[in-house]
Amino acid sequence: MQTHEAKRVEIIIESIMEERLSAALIKAGVTGFSVLPVLGGSGRSGHWSGEGQVSRIGGMVNVVCIVRPERVDPLLDAAFEVVDRHIGVVSVTDCQVLRAERF
Amino acid sequence: MEGTLALAADNLTSPIILFFVLGVAAAFARSDLSIPEAIAKGLSIYLLFAIGFKGGASVAAHGVDATLVLSLIAGIILSFVLPLIAFGLLRVMSRLSVTDAAAVAGHYGSISIVTFVAATSVAESAGLSPEGYMVAVAAVMEAPAILSALWIIARSGQQAGAMEEGLVREILLNGSIVLLVGSFLIGGITGDEGMQMIAPFIEEPFQGVLCLFLLDMGLVAGRGLREARSVLTAGLFAFGVVMPLVGSLFGLGAGLALGLSPGGVLLFMTLAASASYIAVPAAMRVALPEANPSVYLTLSLGVTFPFNLTLGIPIYLALSQALTGG
Repeated sequence: MQTHEAKRVEIIIESIMEERLSAALIKAGVTGFSVLPVLGGSGRSGHWSGEGQVSRIGGMVNVVCIVRPERVDPLLDAAFEVVDRHIGVVSVTDCQVLRAERF
Repeated sequence: MEGTLALAADNLTSPIILFFVLGVAAAFARSDLSIPEAIAKGLSIYLLFAIGFKGGASVAAHGVDATLVLSLIAGIILSFVLPLIAFGLLRVMSRLSVTDAAAVAGHYGSISIVTFVAATSVAESAGLSPEGYMVAVAAVMEAPAILSALWIIARSGQQAGAMEEGLVREILLNGSIVLLVGSFLIGGITGDEGMQMIAPFIEEPFQGVLCLFLLDMGLVAGRGLREARSVLTAGLFAFGVVMPLVGSLFGLGAGLALGLSPGGVLLFMTLAASASYIAVPAAMRVALPEANPSVYLTLSLGVTFPFNLTLGIPIYLALSQALTGG
């Protein structure tokens, strides 16, 4: 089956910043992304868990976008403007998609 | 003194406190006890709805007067001023950076609605009838403290996030405030007739729901304390206990100056003594992400909230009754 090269960008960020990130991605022309809940984890500030948080303040989400390789730089610029000062992880990996016209 | 001790003992053995203690103990013992998130949210919606509606209905029954407006103004002023006092205390009592100290200070000018609900319950148990509009005072005290914290940061030359439009909207229209104020208004509009219609739903189950909610709060506070003990120095712990007492004195002064009833004074003291753990942390994460959330969440939720719930409220009740002759 014919596949096409694409970039998968994952941005793990505080839930409280999700709407701002989504708005920045849409403004940067990203046509599609998924937002996944993060159950818990561990980082520089130690272990944390989404269970029993009083509000969205303690939670994190994973925003996943798959884009054509030439669109990854504008996406990262837009994302970085939002996440720069915040806790989070941004990663880019190569991937293959079946329907290139959708990205 | 004897009366205060008896009040404290009664409070400590009340179901709401014991369920809170159960939650803390379960969290420390690493039990898998948990209240599902959706249920916890449902419980908090119920409590906000009930307390807001009852407050509005009470205002409808007693009428609107100048004291209501003055109480709102006093609440706003207190919310602006208390962070400045908290910041000064923190600089003396701890080695927190300016950024962390300002972020913590912001929490102590704002309020904890759960502490307010618990104090309302204690007031009713003690046979007091607080002014219904204290619910509105609670609502207006949520946000000004955030501006004070950001002002402290700006004045010290540190970088703070701008109060962008989105953040202002999120603070002023956060779900808790909308529900609390909305229920208050509906209670005020429908008055006694509305109260009669839904009283079985918002009066009888109230204490039981509060018990379950405080069980969840105990679990959250216990887990927070367990995981963030390392940030809690002796100075910070002392601040978490001293600041509510200082704040309560400001609330006491305001309540007495306004001529509120003993129950109203108790609630004003509780509002001034409590620290936010919902609205302000969220605002700080957006506007002041460099501040360490472990510090302010552990202090407000792990130290000040349990202190107010167990010892603070009985002290405020005793003081309010002693000084108003209630």
